[in-house]
Amino acid sequence: ACGPQLTNSPTVIVMVGLPARGKTYISKKLTRYLNWIGVPTKVFNVGEYRREAVKHYSSYDFFRPDNEEAMKVRRQCALAALRDVKLYLTEEAGQIAVFDATNTTRERRGMILNFAKENGFKVFFIESVCNDPTVVATNVMEVKLSSPDYRDCNSTDAMEDFMKRINCYQASYQPLDPDNYDRELSLIKVIDVGRRFLVNRVQDHIQSRIVYYLMNIHVQPRTIYLCRHGESEFNLKGKIGGDSGLSNRGKKFALALNKFVEEQNLKDLKVWTSQLKRTIQTAEALQLSYEQWKALNEIDAGVCEEMTYEEIREQHPEEFALRDQDKYYYRYPSGESYQDLVQRLEPVIMELERQENVLVICHQAVMRCLLAYFLDKSADEMPYLKCPLHTVLKLTPVAYGCRVESISLNIEAVNTHRERPDEAKKGPNPLMRRNSVTPLASPEPTKKPRINSFEEHVAVSSALPGCVPQEVPTQLPGQ
Amino acid sequence: VCMTNCPTLIVMVGLPARGKTYISKKLTRYLNWIGVPTKEFNVGQYRRDLVKKYKSFEFFLPDNEEGLKIRKQCALAALNDVRQYLSEENGHVAVFDATNTTRERRETIYKFCEENGYKTFFVESVCVDPEVIAANIVQVKLGSPDYVDCSNDEATEDFMKRIECYKNSYETLDETLDKDLSYIKIMDVGRSYLVNRVMDHIQSRIVYYLMNIHVTPRSIYLCRHGESELNLKGRIGGDPGLSVRGKEFAKSLAQFINEQNIKDLKVWTSQMKRTIQTAEALGVPYEQWKVLNEIDAGVCEEMTYEEIQENYPLEFALRDQDKYRYRYPKGESYEDLVQRLEPVIMELERQENVLVICHQAVMRCLLAYFLDKPAEQLPYLKCPLHTVLKLTPVAYG
Repeated sequence: ACGPQLTNSPTVIVMVGLPARGKTYISKKLTRYLNWIGVPTKVFNVGEYRREAVKHYSSYDFFRPDNEEAMKVRRQCALAALRDVKLYLTEEAGQIAVFDATNTTRERRGMILNFAKENGFKVFFIESVCNDPTVVATNVMEVKLSSPDYRDCNSTDAMEDFMKRINCYQASYQPLDPDNYDRELSLIKVIDVGRRFLVNRVQDHIQSRIVYYLMNIHVQPRTIYLCRHGESEFNLKGKIGGDSGLSNRGKKFALALNKFVEEQNLKDLKVWTSQLKRTIQTAEALQLSYEQWKALNEIDAGVCEEMTYEEIREQHPEEFALRDQDKYYYRYPSGESYQDLVQRLEPVIMELERQENVLVICHQAVMRCLLAYFLDKSADEMPYLKCPLHTVLKLTPVAYGCRVESISLNIEAVNTHRERPDEAKKGPNPLMRRNSVTPLASPEPTKKPRINSFEEHVAVSSALPGCVPQEVPTQLPGQ
Repeated sequence: VCMTNCPTLIVMVGLPARGKTYISKKLTRYLNWIGVPTKEFNVGQYRRDLVKKYKSFEFFLPDNEEGLKIRKQCALAALNDVRQYLSEENGHVAVFDATNTTRERRETIYKFCEENGYKTFFVESVCVDPEVIAANIVQVKLGSPDYVDCSNDEATEDFMKRIECYKNSYETLDETLDKDLSYIKIMDVGRSYLVNRVMDHIQSRIVYYLMNIHVTPRSIYLCRHGESELNLKGRIGGDPGLSVRGKEFAKSLAQFINEQNIKDLKVWTSQMKRTIQTAEALGVPYEQWKVLNEIDAGVCEEMTYEEIQENYPLEFALRDQDKYRYRYPKGESYEDLVQRLEPVIMELERQENVLVICHQAVMRCLLAYFLDKPAEQLPYLKCPLHTVLKLTPVAYG
């Protein structure tokens, strides 16, 4: 998370695998993680390009290998996506592009390798291989049935059509072969949802980080609970930082939390706290064993520790103003910034990925950081996320993201949240440091269809096989 | 953070001269470094202690019943010591360094672990490149106590026959037969890896580490920034620039680097002026790492040791009591440094020729890692100004 700014050539990550093997899940999660550690990354999902180009999906016939017109369309979409990849990596300061498509044939992968070579990009393949029919069926239910492709179908029809779609790819599927044909390629093969991995020719630091990340994520259903310690004595006095104990209301909260946890009826809940009294006292009420992480300690306010905001404004007026100008980068003198927090929380985040049910009892700034990671928020929004006392946030992974439920345990507490001030000038950033790590939020996918000349040729209404398109260019203008 | 609940036994697997001991030692060093008590148990060493004089490869012939008995005895003795280390001496990880090439032997070990409540993680090194094997033999086998009375040619010939003894019965970890085991198979010195059923955090750290180390010859150069203005005044910490002599050092460093004629040298500095100014004199691109910044002396920043003794006599005394763990108020300890330097160490493992221009406490940490020094010695390692330490990996160190 804190490597030097290495002038690496940009990398194209190429997903490989049959439909419903988790390629998009991996693409999105990986993109989220890489942006978090400050590496500008974006996903290019060829299926979305296809949906833009072919407005209405009629049936799996589109994907039949003998459907020549459709094959041409699909190739166009891939080329259009690659064109956007090139734009992102060469003109939009992107560092990594994730090319999310089946890429199941050597021919297609060969084309991508040539493209990358012409442009001086590195290539890293991620293949997901899974033959467990239960897993495949679950994937189809979780993400395919609600796809725009099937908006007019019922679940059974959709499921049937999708399975036939998978079949269309099966005959021509050429898995990566690191022992022979593909021995020179850099790749990781993820087998059976992470039971086994085959890794070949890792070229650089970022590829080894990607491999490490992929080996730590899983798809087991689980829940992450985030909350702050109960209200503390210092909270009552409006003082920040320090290491005070719980107030009376804070103690009530700890008891309410205990009841809440029991009601959730979870198997194997891990409980984590920081090494500060107030989180430990909160955990003590739970009668469960808990682990203390120094990395979960609240942001160090340096010279401002144990002061109220009024005292800070009086005694350190410039600091007070600077902080409002850029709360993410601002570092308390002799203390920390949110940016420092992001650095020190990386191992916690990795461990959270590995774990199943976890309750993290932490602090306001720390909780904002963790939340920003799971909800894909940017550095700019992070310091203003609402994390009130005595409220539990329940995060459940669903489909391609995270559902969040906010559960207040109905014990009164002071409000420690300061909104972003309007008067704060957003000038050029005086606080940005060289080689700084800035978590980015994952960028929006490129929705615009790039196949401009193509649109005129595609019949919009009926299933494609029935229509005879006019001359479809195999090369996009300008390529 | 408690990284493992039950202890783990790492079991090396592979023919002789495949790098098992190299990996065992490096891995042991790394795990101890990140605070996981780890110890290696080399069965060959047990054998040498039992059979005082090694005669020839015939000891290893598969039909040599005497030999087989002794070797099994040694393996069991080593496992006994493993049990003592993990169950009675607070060890977390034990590395069982032997060929372990048959499924039968691995079964025995696996059962041993189950009985004692240990997790098992296999690390297999597979290599068929004859050049690599020959190089390994030259580097580490010829100097082994087994061959102290032989010429190099005789030793090599004998060792090759020794390897042959294992080949027929070698059962590599298999995708199907061993699908329930946790393991990593390293192919051709890290060209590719097969990873199966990683169970927990420590195993995933081990895999990450193994995928980052390499055996390509290279050198690591460590030095401090040139003398700084605050150094001259006897003050610690701060962010001063170079003194006149410091600037001269920077120029000498540039000359030294030129003379070394190093291919593709990477230069790293911290984000403090004094290392940056030193690097600037080299005239080559350099990269700044915030984590290479000097230890934060908190309230004692920019004081002299006399001033610290006057103003904070208690702190001053405490620091001398346990310099490794002592943390300056609102500052850091050496222990904190070790934590924050871990990514640098990992990146140093990945890289080839690197020059790191850093600071006294930081340099001590890096040195302690590469020279396998324990925590007690770390804060007292000698790292004078204007001196470059050149580290070149050889054999097992």
